[in-house]
Amino acid sequence: MFRKILLAITALTFVSTLALAEDPIATRKSMMKSVGGAVKTGVGMMKGEMDYDAAKAEELLKTIQETAHNFGNYFPEDSKTGGKTTVAPAIWDDAEGFKAALAKFAGDVDAAVDAKPADLGAFKASFGKVLSNCKACHEKFRVKK
Amino acid sequence: MFRRAILFLCLLGFIGGVIFWILSAPRGLDKSLIAELKQQGAIKSEIIAKGEQIFWASGCSSCHVDKKVLQEAKTSEDEDVIKTAKLTLSGGEAFKTPFGTFYAPNISPSEQGIAHYTLRDFALALTQGVSPKRQHFYPAFPYSSYKGMEAEDITALYYFMKTLPESETPNKPHQVAFPFDLRRGLGLWMQLNFYYTGEVELVKTNPEILRGKYLVENLAHCGECHTPRDALGGLEYSRWMAGGKAFEGAEKVPNISPSETGIAGWSEEDIITGLQTGFTPEFDSFGSSMVSVQENMARLPKEDLAAIAAYLKAIPPQER
Repeated sequence: MFRKILLAITALTFVSTLALAEDPIATRKSMMKSVGGAVKTGVGMMKGEMDYDAAKAEELLKTIQETAHNFGNYFPEDSKTGGKTTVAPAIWDDAEGFKAALAKFAGDVDAAVDAKPADLGAFKASFGKVLSNCKACHEKFRVKK
Repeated sequence: MFRRAILFLCLLGFIGGVIFWILSAPRGLDKSLIAELKQQGAIKSEIIAKGEQIFWASGCSSCHVDKKVLQEAKTSEDEDVIKTAKLTLSGGEAFKTPFGTFYAPNISPSEQGIAHYTLRDFALALTQGVSPKRQHFYPAFPYSSYKGMEAEDITALYYFMKTLPESETPNKPHQVAFPFDLRRGLGLWMQLNFYYTGEVELVKTNPEILRGKYLVENLAHCGECHTPRDALGGLEYSRWMAGGKAFEGAEKVPNISPSETGIAGWSEEDIITGLQTGFTPEFDSFGSSMVSVQENMARLPKEDLAAIAAYLKAIPPQER
């Protein structure tokens, strides 16, 4: 019992330290980078630069899915500036709109993952929808600096 | 005998009536005229179709749509709904500059818009920055670029814009402080920055690059945002496409000249793909106001995008 509690406390401490140590701006950047890498593979297949591979498609979609579901957790009030961030004030000024944009992104990726695209045609249809989210969000919620 | 005579007269009357009816019939169109009219109609629809290309290349809708209406239309994910929103030029978008805030006017073919413009009025506005009432427009309207537009393209654009949806949204007055609120004074700005301007030297030329020059410098007016401006808001032609702090808004504009801090790393194919899809070679996406510009560019034929790419590779490299 004592060991269990100790273990739980250790685990909790570990998790919270991790969260504290995590710099939200750096995390956001690395998450977006991983999406960029996944999109590169996906577009490569769409353009026929590499053969369509259903396993690869699933992997890249799941990479994007993970970001889509967690990205919104890294926008605390104190992360508006610093670290060469390119956030637009609209993320906080129009928090509802930002939430809705992320929800749509997550929904489109979930649909693409669930569709388990077996061939390139099916992949193009669902992946195209996922891609439209990039611009839509960057148009309103990111600024060039 | 008598009955026969009556019958005969009736018959004669009937025949006479038929002859009258035939002789007095209103004539239809001459067959050769029909053919000619069809040809003219085809020419007109050709002009309107060409005008649509000029419209997307010139980016009118990027500034003159009602952004809220467009955002709403985009949530429908229906291409027709989105296109209609992009073609409804109600105006209203605010542009914050060091001289004040400008509001894009309604340029739809309505009473509030430009229904009263003649083709000459339209050409005067685009090439001289002058309104039908003979007043200067503020250079937020990119006539510094449009002034090089060809007559054929101005005509095509004029007739295309007559076909667009009418919007009755009234214009918002610009918020400009003294002395910039005196429009007449803009004539002096034009003396400095409009009538005589620098020429962008090209590293090399060929017909494709020259086509790209026309598309970039005159229609798409890329330099209006991507080229730095001096304190008076004049374009610095010696720093063509060097980017930097935006004159309008609070963002930075990317350097799109072929230098290391610009787009030297992009192949011409990368530029074409970027304009078609909105993705950079590293698969970051385009953002802010470039999204709408890219969506216009994606509607151009691939040869035009290739010409734009060839031109951007032929201008002098600029370091930021």
